[in-house]
Amino acid sequence: MLMLSDSLNSYLIIAVALLALGVFGMIRHKSFIGMLISSEFILSGASLNFMAFNRFLAPNPAVGQIFTLFIMGLAAAEAAVVVSLILMVYHQCRSIDPADVQELQH
Amino acid sequence: MIYYRYVAEALFVLFTILIFTGGCIAVSARYLMNAVLGLALALLGVAGLYFHLGSPFLAMMQILIYVGAVVIIIAFGIMVGPKPRQEADKRLTGPRNVLISLAACASAVGLLSSLVLQTVWVPAAAKVGDFSVKFLGENLLYQYCLAFELISVLLLAAIVGAIIIAGIGREETGKC
Repeated sequence: MLMLSDSLNSYLIIAVALLALGVFGMIRHKSFIGMLISSEFILSGASLNFMAFNRFLAPNPAVGQIFTLFIMGLAAAEAAVVVSLILMVYHQCRSIDPADVQELQH
Repeated sequence: MIYYRYVAEALFVLFTILIFTGGCIAVSARYLMNAVLGLALALLGVAGLYFHLGSPFLAMMQILIYVGAVVIIIAFGIMVGPKPRQEADKRLTGPRNVLISLAACASAVGLLSSLVLQTVWVPAAAKVGDFSVKFLGENLLYQYCLAFELISVLLLAAIVGAIIIAGIGREETGKC
């Protein structure tokens, strides 16, 4: 019997689908926060790839887990900085639409 | 005694469905709060997949850091932002962009999936250690100690920077 949860390919294809969802959302959303949400999808696709290779192929099973922990920390730091930047832009421009923020466009 | 494998398989399919449902909600929601809830759903599904990949510790960390911290930060960012009813129609791009991005994502999925399915993956010859938290902690604090300290400094810098940036935004308004 084919066990989906025990093959590397199913995890890799789910990670590819997460990447595609992130890229699609990045184009579809027209606000900074929507784009931030989509970037989280791309990051979790990368983490899932690391964990899958760590489970099935890697010689040392701790390395992939540590890498995924670092990706989580970086994602938390990124989210905090990006949300504060969005707040600053909203205070100054009264908008979170990327098309409205054009102060540097001269 | 083979039934537990069917249960695990059903849970795997359930987590995959959670990921795709959450992802579809997140990329197509008109209100940003719905998108954040979709993100939380998808990240819960990813945590379940980590459980399947032999690391309950990482699954707990995923729920704690992503669902507990990142989603809450984004939800706060939405709540202090513009009123949801005002501009909900302008939040998504037009149908032309949707077609282009659908084509791009479908081709990316096709190419990468064919690459994944064609490659012959070779497992490592000799494995050391196991999936226990003890082994993970020893690796983290001996071999990868520098990276561990660097990420704590990075988190500190990010938090201080976020506070300062948000403070600057409050002082000067009406630039554009």
